[in-house]
Amino acid sequence: MSEKMNENIFGSVPNSGKIDVKCDIIICGVGGQGAILASDILGRASVAEDRAVQAAETHGMAQRGGSVENHVRIGSAYGSLIPPRSADIMIALEPIEAVRYARLMKDGAVVIVNTAPIYPFTVTTGKAEYPGIPQMIEALSKIFDVKAFDATEAAAKTGNSQATNVVMIGAASHFIPLKKQTFIDCIKASVPPEFLDINLAAFEAGYNSIQK
Amino acid sequence: MTKEYMLGNVAIARGVMESGVAVVSGYPGTPSSEIIDNLRAKKDLGFYVEWSVNEKVAVEVAIGAAFTGVRAFATMKHVGLNVASDPLMTVSYSGTKGGLVLLVADDPSLHSSQNEQDTRRYAQFAQVPCFDPATIQDAKDVISFAFDFSERFETAVIVRSTTRISHGKSSVETGELKPSVNAANFKKDPSSMVMMPNFARGRHSIVLGRQQEMMETLEKSQWNVLEKCEGSRIGVISSGIASVYAKEALHALGIQASFLKITAYPMPENLITEMLKSCDKVLIIEELEPFVEEHVRIVAQRIQSPTLIIGKNTVPRIGELNFDICRRAMVETFKDNCAASAVEQAAPPAALPPEITDIVLPPRPPALCVGCSHRSAFQVIKDVFGKNAIFPSDIGCYTLGIHVGAVDTTICMGASVSMASGIAHSGEKNPVCCTIGDSTFLHTGINSLMNAVYNNAKMTVAILDNRVTAMTGHQPNPSSGHTAVGIESIPVSMADVCTASGAKFVREVDAYDYEALKVAFRDAKNFDGVSVVIVNQACALVAKKTGVKKNPFAVTAAKCKGCRKCINFGCPATEFDKKTAVSFINSQCIGCGVCAQICPFDAIFEVK
Repeated sequence: MSEKMNENIFGSVPNSGKIDVKCDIIICGVGGQGAILASDILGRASVAEDRAVQAAETHGMAQRGGSVENHVRIGSAYGSLIPPRSADIMIALEPIEAVRYARLMKDGAVVIVNTAPIYPFTVTTGKAEYPGIPQMIEALSKIFDVKAFDATEAAAKTGNSQATNVVMIGAASHFIPLKKQTFIDCIKASVPPEFLDINLAAFEAGYNSIQK
Repeated sequence: MTKEYMLGNVAIARGVMESGVAVVSGYPGTPSSEIIDNLRAKKDLGFYVEWSVNEKVAVEVAIGAAFTGVRAFATMKHVGLNVASDPLMTVSYSGTKGGLVLLVADDPSLHSSQNEQDTRRYAQFAQVPCFDPATIQDAKDVISFAFDFSERFETAVIVRSTTRISHGKSSVETGELKPSVNAANFKKDPSSMVMMPNFARGRHSIVLGRQQEMMETLEKSQWNVLEKCEGSRIGVISSGIASVYAKEALHALGIQASFLKITAYPMPENLITEMLKSCDKVLIIEELEPFVEEHVRIVAQRIQSPTLIIGKNTVPRIGELNFDICRRAMVETFKDNCAASAVEQAAPPAALPPEITDIVLPPRPPALCVGCSHRSAFQVIKDVFGKNAIFPSDIGCYTLGIHVGAVDTTICMGASVSMASGIAHSGEKNPVCCTIGDSTFLHTGINSLMNAVYNNAKMTVAILDNRVTAMTGHQPNPSSGHTAVGIESIPVSMADVCTASGAKFVREVDAYDYEALKVAFRDAKNFDGVSVVIVNQACALVAKKTGVKKNPFAVTAAKCKGCRKCINFGCPATEFDKKTAVSFINSQCIGCGVCAQICPFDAIFEVK
């Protein structure tokens, strides 16, 4: 999906795997929303299709309800960090986080936004205002292909709002150069058996929430 | 051959399991914690794993094990090596019998740290070899290499990771698991194990003597590789993970340049010489310190090289690098060697439209969790000691108390208590109350408390005891009652430790009993000497995980006067409805009940 690497290269490449198709994905949201599981599903699906994949995650202090930013580079045999204004797809688990990381997205990128807000304590304690959600979606739509829906509600309908991350993966799967079945297989491998049905339903719900 | 998608730290743990180790120790610290967390979660390990009380202890445990001839591995974050630097600086003299590998995880850009020191400097200072893997695959593979290297040269070895290795993910080819390779058999050898002056003098020359052979061995290994580009007179020297970004930038720009990847030290002087001789201009790309650069300049001076050497300033010394930074540095350095289209490609990207950039986003810093026991302690400490009081604090979740104005200092593990006593002795008139968590207190706070009591400081120490090392991912510590692998152990008594230190005021109080907290801190403030208040309550996240269920609370709207006292308490479960001007409690409530005790109008009740 990204522009091709220069053909005229000298020397070895640091990582192994197929690099014919490239897709740089940003997963952002709030610590505790399951951004790491979402990135795990993408990464495992990439490895299952033998594609080179590199990812960078937020751990540690930033997880205590802070803003989190995960990078997943499918088809990259180099580093894990996506340069500014070059990511192809954003999976935003929370609306203001979509705006916060918009600087990483290229013009025309697919930006999938969960419209359900999670108010930071700076808002609940009255120190800051939460911006209007329709206004944010409209602004992002100026230069991005925005797909916005309430993924938290969709997850709740399948039985568990904790599966919002998997709903979002389902929605994003339309645009990611990996097979739908590979995602399903990876969800089976990534979640505990007792939560499998809910997660598979969540994936389908997300898949069906969006038209390509 | 199996390929698995792995976290860098899981890959390192896998490397440990493929190396035939016998003893693993460490102290948690981002970004290193998941290595031992991964190992200790395995069944039928076949080797010993512990969380030690601090990094110095962890390294000494590993040294002891390695002296018996087995392989030992210790993990820590970069600042942990400061604590362990005492054994490191001398184990480099004593050498080792079994393989001894220290994994030190650096944090360029300070994602979760108090500084961004560069561990390669320590390795050079201690004269021990250091590996600085470029990829996650390398991070796994280097562990068994490091063990072999350690045994061959009878030296401790540092493997340095960074956040983007430890907390990155990639596909990793795994190898065979290996049971412990050596049997423990301690053989007395004072001349290399007792570092008194007459023995240590002799060891110093051995330490210096092995550097040349180590360098030459590493130059011929996969870790230091020169790719010479015939016909090109420019080159890039790059180290560790920066070499991956540098390679990506070189390839994206289509620049034909020789490339020297350095991921093992002592520095490959012969490869550097070859590079300098074949190039008119060399760009050095490394994260943080100009460590390679300084050495390249030394070699250049020695061989009277006319090559132009470009490093820091063009490449930033602060923060982590990335593809974009490397691309800009290359275009600036090699603009005559790349196509015009490449120069254009490296121009700053188009700005976002104002519709997006004009949106004022509320900040979302990490915060204390719903029901966190630290919140009530901070609230009471602020109320009792007043806004002019001085609140030294420490390293842990409670550093987030900065958001509520209850953290005035943070330097390093254990410093809260000793700094509080320094402030108390300075002539400062305002009262001093420091906060420190259980794990940090046991790490290096005990000495400080003993010191404060011994020297008759007038101050209060609040030990925020949630019986777990929470911030780094809920690792057990001596107060938890079980070991790293879940074996029951005797929990240390905080109160007994404090009493034994000589403190005459030691009070234990429940963090969720607001009234008792107030009384305890008032009494502590009035005490003439060192007073200690131990604030007990399980970490709210651990309680949730272990199935502790309490009734949630709710607001009786008719009784709420909209005073916002509960809101200002800052629990993410309380919100304010601007339309009706009353508070409400959202679904996150875990039922700690502190807000109900704070409410002056008795408007908050338990939902039974």
